[in-house]
Amino acid sequence: MAIARNKREQMGLTGNSAVAMAMKQVNPDVFPAYPITPSTTVVEEFSSYVADGAVDTEFIAVESEHSAMSACVGAAAAGARVMTATSSQGLALMWEVLYIASGLRLPIVLCDGNRALSSPINIHCDHSDTMGARDSGWIHLYSETVQEAYDNIFQAVRIAEHPDVMLPVMVCLDGFITTHAIENVTPIGDEEAQEFVGEYKAKNSLLDTDNPVTVGAMALQEPYMVFKYQQSEAIKKAKDVVIEVGKEFEEKFGREYGLFESYRLEDAEVAVVILSSAAGTTKVAVDELRARGKKVGLLRPRLFRPLPHAEIAEALKGLKVVACLDRTDSMSGFGGPLFNDVRSVLYEVENRPLIFGRIFGLGGRDYQVKDALAVFEELLSTLETGKVDELIKYITFDPEAPLSVDGSGC
Amino acid sequence: MAVPAAKQRLSVPFDYDKYLRPGKLPHIWCPGCGHGIVLKSLLRAIDKIGWEKDNLCMVSGIGCSSRTTGYVDCNTVHSLHGRAFAFATGIKFSKPELNTIVISGDGDAMAIGGNHFIHLCRRNIDITVLVYSNAIYGMTGGQYSPTTPAGSYATTSRYGNIEPPFDPCEMAKAAGATFVARSTAYHTKELEKILLQALEHKGTSVVDIIDSCPIYYGRMNKFKSASHMMNGLEKDGTITVAQAAKLTPEEIGGRQLRGILHQAERPEYCENYDNIIVKQATATKGA
Repeated sequence: MAIARNKREQMGLTGNSAVAMAMKQVNPDVFPAYPITPSTTVVEEFSSYVADGAVDTEFIAVESEHSAMSACVGAAAAGARVMTATSSQGLALMWEVLYIASGLRLPIVLCDGNRALSSPINIHCDHSDTMGARDSGWIHLYSETVQEAYDNIFQAVRIAEHPDVMLPVMVCLDGFITTHAIENVTPIGDEEAQEFVGEYKAKNSLLDTDNPVTVGAMALQEPYMVFKYQQSEAIKKAKDVVIEVGKEFEEKFGREYGLFESYRLEDAEVAVVILSSAAGTTKVAVDELRARGKKVGLLRPRLFRPLPHAEIAEALKGLKVVACLDRTDSMSGFGGPLFNDVRSVLYEVENRPLIFGRIFGLGGRDYQVKDALAVFEELLSTLETGKVDELIKYITFDPEAPLSVDGSGC
Repeated sequence: MAVPAAKQRLSVPFDYDKYLRPGKLPHIWCPGCGHGIVLKSLLRAIDKIGWEKDNLCMVSGIGCSSRTTGYVDCNTVHSLHGRAFAFATGIKFSKPELNTIVISGDGDAMAIGGNHFIHLCRRNIDITVLVYSNAIYGMTGGQYSPTTPAGSYATTSRYGNIEPPFDPCEMAKAAGATFVARSTAYHTKELEKILLQALEHKGTSVVDIIDSCPIYYGRMNKFKSASHMMNGLEKDGTITVAQAAKLTPEEIGGRQLRGILHQAERPEYCENYDNIIVKQATATKGA
């Protein structure tokens, strides 16, 4: 499907279809995968592309996610361009190998349909899966829409394979909410896609038998820290690469991507910081309140790891009150990970804004415009009183409500 | 006129509700799926052996089969994909008096949980394992599994599966299980008897239950209906051990054997462990 640049057609695609299509256009060398709800259809559609001969990819139907990521590592170490997709427990089972991928500096691209972690078993959206992997050395890109998830796949390849970076990237989109919802997507042409991602030539490869290398060798007290220092420096450099790749993508395809999205933030007094699809819902609330003359805004981080701390601090410094909404609880007894990161980022800001954290929508619990409006109401009343009433709280949730275990939700 | 005794027995339906959690039905299994038939056979076998519900623990992994634990009114654990065997080992080891059953499927037991499965068999811990074998990952949309026959179709094998399948019974036997049997959802009465024997057996007992997934496996492999599939795979595709004994390998053909395929005597793991404790405690006392 080649679409001329000046005549862009829109397609109605689910998040997973769009991701599978982007992966097809990238045409990776190897794609090991294991099915898991809600990311299964990425794998399913990609395997159809393989069956139809639409890609040159070796598809491996492995026996578990641990094997899926292990096969990714093996293939990437052999110099291949590698991709996979998973969710929730699948990502959890990959855990051990996620660190191998980043430690070995292998530019693997993974798509995660964000889903709650067990227990109890739940197949719906929250961010506990990828947030648990936030220290695994992977670059994390969170997508608000189907279009963004699609676009992020191409950019992820470029970011991962950048010589200054050489780190794996996970592209996150909200399970069911984005993975299974149909939205209008403007795809890029196959040739344009190939041109954008370019050819991947691994600097060191196991298959380069003339220059044999060893991978994953023991590194004890002295060398280990050298490797970790280099990895730490590399992930710091990823921030500039994300900006650079985003700019190039914008020049070529007209869609703008930065480190985060600022929505009506310029003159705002209060703002919500929130990830992924829930930002869309929150923007409706922002517009509604702006129409009533309230100075409210939103910041939606796109790049979460590495954390663009200086840029976030700069964007939030003029605000009076900030609310961080986490779709996961880090179970530290001190709020969600986004809240903790943003709060830490604001420490250096002069006259720093007040901040509170709210945990919402766990396990797919609905987050509606009214919920966003309630948060803004709290923000505005905090602005008036100058005092945060409750630092951390669960919202979209009534702890007093009776739990129905025989209901449809169990 | 007096009703003959045999008819009287037939007229009293088995009270499944006694073993099911109120408000949990209808189950999520698709029309034509045999998992419900297997569950009913299992409940009748449990009733026959007379185990108290409070003294029964059912552990499952993830997949269609593993939804069983949501419906049965005993101690149940819906664990992780492939890990039911390890969860159950922990449970049985800490409370050997608890009658423990693992409910698994071919993807759960043979792929992601293959490692745990073989070590459960190797230890010969007193647990009964039911593998609902429908040769497909039904819950995630019909990907081929390690028991999908070579050449058959799945969403991930559009031109026919090129991987040779595992035989769960051979695997269990080789790994050390002391009771290995096979039956099908079609042979529901036979299945009940085999399950009863498996429950009675001391040591690891594995029952491979051939079951049909008409929605995914059936549709992709030209089975016209669920009954067509049951007839083809479960009725005509299998043969009892006794029948097979009278036939040549050519006459048996590709049919899978039903019945008890392996039975052996070997010390049970929890008992073995207790023996060590007793022995060491006695030795220390004596010293």
